[in-house]
Amino acid sequence: MKGLGAISPGLRVIDPGIKATIQDLGRKGIRHHGLARGGVLDLRSAAWANKLLDNDRNAACVEIVLGGFRVEALSACEVSITGARADVTVNGKPVEMWQSLQLQPGDQLAIGHARHHRLIYLAIRGGFETKAWFGSRSVVEREGLEGCGPLQPEDELAAGSGEAQKGIPRLAPPQAWQWLERPPVLGLIPGYQYSQFQPADLLRLVTTEYAVSDESDRMGYRLAGTPMADPPPGIVSEGIVPGAVQVPGDGQPIALLTDCQTIGGYPKPGVITSLDCGLLAQQLPGARVRFEWTDVLSAQNQRRLFERHYHQTVWSEDGRSLHWR
Amino acid sequence: MMEAAGEDALLIRFGDTIDSALPAKIAAVRQRIEALELPWVIDLVPSYTTLLVLYDPVAINVFEAKEQLRPAVAEATSAKDKSANVPESRLIELPVYYSQETGPDLAWVAEQNGLSVQQVIDRHTADAYQVYAIGFAPGFGFMGQVDPSIACPRKDTPRTKVPAGSVGIANRQTAVYPKASPGGWQLIGRCPTVLFDEANLSLLKAGDRVRFVSISREEYLAQGGEL
Repeated sequence: MKGLGAISPGLRVIDPGIKATIQDLGRKGIRHHGLARGGVLDLRSAAWANKLLDNDRNAACVEIVLGGFRVEALSACEVSITGARADVTVNGKPVEMWQSLQLQPGDQLAIGHARHHRLIYLAIRGGFETKAWFGSRSVVEREGLEGCGPLQPEDELAAGSGEAQKGIPRLAPPQAWQWLERPPVLGLIPGYQYSQFQPADLLRLVTTEYAVSDESDRMGYRLAGTPMADPPPGIVSEGIVPGAVQVPGDGQPIALLTDCQTIGGYPKPGVITSLDCGLLAQQLPGARVRFEWTDVLSAQNQRRLFERHYHQTVWSEDGRSLHWR
Repeated sequence: MMEAAGEDALLIRFGDTIDSALPAKIAAVRQRIEALELPWVIDLVPSYTTLLVLYDPVAINVFEAKEQLRPAVAEATSAKDKSANVPESRLIELPVYYSQETGPDLAWVAEQNGLSVQQVIDRHTADAYQVYAIGFAPGFGFMGQVDPSIACPRKDTPRTKVPAGSVGIANRQTAVYPKASPGGWQLIGRCPTVLFDEANLSLLKAGDRVRFVSISREEYLAQGGEL
């Protein structure tokens, strides 16, 4: 497993911007203690950041909300930046996102403000070796665990060791970022209280354009559209998963995301696929999203293909394409 | 009844209403599934009437997952040999200093229900409660059912900060806030016991039973309680 070798000094935070947290794929096996899963909101962008560096799939990266982030390299290292488009510079010179970048000690990497979308991912070869809680480096702010908070100026982010890439930088193929430009249509798997919703309300759910509300964070995004006329009443609290869409009495859905509570008592017509949760999480307040019914097997196939692509493709010599093993 | 809850979870439903017989039954199913040591199972989250099974959808698809879980559910819920299926539930005693200084709603709860403060304390400590679910916050155990005579609604406006250890009632449920947090339950006392820490995680588990024991101010302070 990569990231377990010698640790290099990595990066020092100069300006974390509005909010930046360390995230990996989240915690496992701790939900029954009332602990949230945590983890990257946008699986696709985070995976590409790591893939560009041949990192472990679960390597920790920095999730930057809206940009405005600056770091200094403390040692020679290789990084990658993916997600929402922003102007990125190294020592003031523009560089491209979605590719691997070599930094020398003292280099300053600056990520400007995100345009059109919300989340930017910064990965480092070997992954960030920050403190772990419950087997994961993911930071879940709302639980108030000691030291488990957003990045602060002067924080030092050590990196695990990884085989240094010589010469040609890696460049993500267009499909790596093109999906983000598509209209956000979110696949919804029927489930939970689906059959208790009125047919007209279920139809409304997939024909309404919802605006992403200002009240949106890692716990969930509130959506505003034509409200459901007659959602079912509250239920006996049951286990909930990130992606679940809950509908309180006002008929406006709330899409739960990675830091959501472990149990909840609002009725839910379905669950957004894990990859489409990332597409939703990338939307800025006011952006319009739609739901589209899908089924669990299609969602699982899509996810399996995505994970296989990560594990079973290798970079070509020129670093510009990937091919299956 | 077992249904997909998204691409990486199955929800097993045991009933629709709160029933004190369910936590033991759900715990039995949880233990059976744990005993199978299925590598694709990531977590088991019990609640009042359900058990949520989180799994790795890359390792197994929904149909195979259901197929492999079905025998464990059937065995644990079958009518015959019921006693052998129900695991011995733990009884945990939690000390509580019931007072106005640690439970600002204690007098209100008494007044609302036409009881004396002492009667509220006596009734809250009379029965052992079922732990139905852990949620809301790490280590927060939803327990019930309290005697109807001490039930009370949540506060209209939740407090922005409920001190750690606070013991609350909401309708017929009771709970201890493991850490300081916002909260809307009516507070009747405070418990000095640590309910969640990073090393040991949640003291309470769904399926446990809890009995509250009334302690004095001195005992509360001696056991590490804070005022």
